Amino acid sequence: MRTIYTFLVILFVSLFSEHTYAQIETITLEQLQAKTIQPGNDTLYIVNFWATWCGPCVAELPYFEQAAKDNAGKNVKILLINLDFPSEKTKVIAFVAKRKLQNDVYLLNAGDPNKWIDQIDSSWDGAIPATVFYKAGKKVFFHEGDLTQAELNENINLHKL
Amino acid sequence: MKKLIVFISAVFLLASFKNDGGYAVGDKATDFKLKNIDDKTFSLADKKDAKGFIVVFTCNHCPYAVKYEDRIVALNNKYAKLGYPVVAINPNDAVAYPDDNLENMKKRAKSKSFTFPYLVDDTQEIAKAYGATKTPHVFVLKKENADLIVKYIGAIDDNTDDASAVTVKYVEQAVDALLADKPVAITSTKAIGCGVKWKK
Repeated sequence: MRTIYTFLVILFVSLFSEHTYAQIETITLEQLQAKTIQPGNDTLYIVNFWATWCGPCVAELPYFEQAAKDNAGKNVKILLINLDFPSEKTKVIAFVAKRKLQNDVYLLNAGDPNKWIDQIDSSWDGAIPATVFYKAGKKVFFHEGDLTQAELNENINLHKL
Repeated sequence: MKKLIVFISAVFLLASFKNDGGYAVGDKATDFKLKNIDDKTFSLADKKDAKGFIVVFTCNHCPYAVKYEDRIVALNNKYAKLGYPVVAINPNDAVAYPDDNLENMKKRAKSKSFTFPYLVDDTQEIAKAYGATKTPHVFVLKKENADLIVKYIGAIDDNTDDASAVTVKYVEQAVDALLADKPVAITSTKAIGCGVKWKK
């Protein structure tokens, strides 16, 4: 029964996701870094680490959705990096569909957190939510914990190109 | 005058960092008196024969803690008889998270057949003293004379999601080294899990 349910969810999401919802791809740390720390790129990348089981993460997702709307047409790109367990990908897909998230959602496939957390920021204790800004390929902001809409907007305005 | 203020601020800043950080490897750990799921009080001093302890801050509700339940039971089954029993402590605010209250701890311990104490850190003082920030968050302690010395702090292993895909068992490596009277190779890792739910 569960398999059928899973299949239906995937089928449903794959039918409609292209137009309605954010894409969900798996991303490695190297691929994430290739996007965000590309030297001299002209974009402010905002990377938010979150999970469906993390209350404060889920609570702040709408702020990132709003920020994307407010900055449409500008060089601001928001990446929602999901840290649910790889075995729970279906849950994430269903969650993203239900919430109609418009920002790009990626499932991080990076293995042992003790090998990659320090590469994002050595001060990061590993707690989520956590948010990083990369401006033209350089890290300009790191925050462990949730942000208010005002704090997020303020930092985007401070750093956007 | 300005210099003095800067100096005083610096001292306070250092003091606050130390307080935030809890224990470092090599520090002396405090014993405690905490309520167990059998409604009795438990102290590390009660276990006179132990060579040390695997202290695990954990809880009922966090998906990471749930993933590790069987592995925590396995740690106790393997190491209690070798002198390093598991002592689990739930530091979460049970008012905000009723899943983590004593009644639910009893149920969880029964359904997962916990063979070790599962204690309530009601005031959260022990979590703060140790510097536990996550569930699960492990502190391996070794008895040296009358003291309990911190020998390892961090994660249980390197793969929360899939126990069969673990490549490094951090806690086992640490305890194995202590049992063999060798230095612990990896003395600290970042504990990965849910943040401790502090009282507001």
